Amino acid sequence: MQASPNQGISVNITPTAGTSAAKDHGAAVAMRMTISKLNFFYGTKQILFEISMGIADKRVTALIGPSGCGKSTLLRTLNRMHETVNTSRLHGEILLDQQNILAQDVTSLRRRVGMVFQRPNPFPKSIFENVAYGPRINGFKGPIAEVVEKSLRHAALWEEVKDHLHKSAYELSGGQQQRLCIARALAVEPEVLLLDEPCSALDPISTAKIEELLVDLKSITTIAIVTHNMQQAARVSDFTAFLLTGQMIEFSPTPQLFTTPGDPRTEAYITGRFG
Amino acid sequence: MSLRLRWRKFLSNFMLTMTGVCAFVSVAILFLILGYLVYNGGTSINWAFFTQLPKPVGEVGGGMANAIVGSAKLLLAASLIGVPIGFLGGIYLAEFSGAKVASVVRYSADLMNGVPSIVIGIFAYSLAVKPFKQFSTLAGAFALGLMMIPITLRSTEEFLGAVPRMLREGAMALGASKWKTISTVIVPAAYRGILTAILLALARVAGETAPLLFTSLGNLYWSRGWSQPTASLPVMIYNYAQSPYEDWHRQAWAAGLVLLGLILIINILARTILSRGIAVPRS
Repeated sequence: MQASPNQGISVNITPTAGTSAAKDHGAAVAMRMTISKLNFFYGTKQILFEISMGIADKRVTALIGPSGCGKSTLLRTLNRMHETVNTSRLHGEILLDQQNILAQDVTSLRRRVGMVFQRPNPFPKSIFENVAYGPRINGFKGPIAEVVEKSLRHAALWEEVKDHLHKSAYELSGGQQQRLCIARALAVEPEVLLLDEPCSALDPISTAKIEELLVDLKSITTIAIVTHNMQQAARVSDFTAFLLTGQMIEFSPTPQLFTTPGDPRTEAYITGRFG
Repeated sequence: MSLRLRWRKFLSNFMLTMTGVCAFVSVAILFLILGYLVYNGGTSINWAFFTQLPKPVGEVGGGMANAIVGSAKLLLAASLIGVPIGFLGGIYLAEFSGAKVASVVRYSADLMNGVPSIVIGIFAYSLAVKPFKQFSTLAGAFALGLMMIPITLRSTEEFLGAVPRMLREGAMALGASKWKTISTVIVPAAYRGILTAILLALARVAGETAPLLFTSLGNLYWSRGWSQPTASLPVMIYNYAQSPYEDWHRQAWAAGLVLLGLILIINILARTILSRGIAVPRS
């Protein structure tokens, strides 16, 4: 399958996002990834229905929606982590830089599209070795210590750990571990970074740190984040997609989605009437 | 107090006492054996036991240096045979095979683990002794190695399976292939458990006598090579304990003590390994 001719696609690729505001905002933004008509199944159960959206380059895109709406599943298709479940299957198209990711080698795709998970999952190695892991397995031959430092700085963790890089990663607090996982993902210089509810296991202070970090990271990478926390989406993201029972209800610039939602269901959700 | 309530109280106390007594008996038996062995072995053991060859019948003294070295050689070769097969097979079971294959292999391994060791000995005899018309160290190691396979396989599978899924995903999300994920994250996360299990398997086969009776046989002198019969501690104990000579009985006790010491060292080694390195915290 080759890239379809939707180059220069803008935000208004969803049926509900065709408002003028979306067009205005979207016109200037290039899409790093585009998803079109994605249907996803676990066994015979359909999880996602005809999802179309984009992940804007060097921006934060948030996926929100109530539990079980399919937002994590959608995120996991973007680096094909869904393939770890045998019964999963999807059809539709996901493009990264106009290339169909489903036709690519999965390991090189994941090197380009990194992921941070719900709960911090550092390896049972030292802080240093955790960050160095990605570059090492990808055959990095240069000065590894520099990569580690740079990644830890990007993840706003360097100052806290620089004096004990060779301690176990498990000696860090939960919030530090999560930032370590972000540093580990950044170390392979991914073009897109996926975060699956990265703050759901963290306290408010650690959460605030990570949110701040995400905004800073926009300068070096493209971010897609799943969150069940609407305030978080409002604070960190530039675009927000609202999913409900596997359907894309609305995909708009974040300020617009939260102030003048285009769909009554979006409004009902963000005003707390369900979910 | 009603009769019913009294009966309940009595039953409760009775069962409590019974379980306590049984727990005590099981521990007591262990310590009785250990104490008896340490007492008898301790009074019989001396430097010569470690350095000299067995003396001919009638002469007092001598040692079992050849059996100590023989046992060490047998265990080394048995590990070289049993551990790689069990370890790699365990990886296959935990990481690659489907549920059906895994359950068949798992069940077979459990059955194999339950096969009486004398049967393993006969099997090794017909496969590794009879065709060559020669008892040998290698045949003994082959028998012991066979016994190590199921234990290593099952524990490898178990410890790999216990590595949290999120560690796998973490590695795969960085672009690690399946094998890279296994070799650089999963196995290192589980190696302490696996190594401990291997050492315990080694401790178990170290004391096996039956598989060696028809394979490595025994030897009153130094074994002249891997293709020659060799003395080993368990077989020496078996032969010496049956003999009518008082001095040989003492030697058998000393051998028992050395064997026990060997197993103890392996156990301590296993525990030391467990306490080192970075463990994955239980969540």
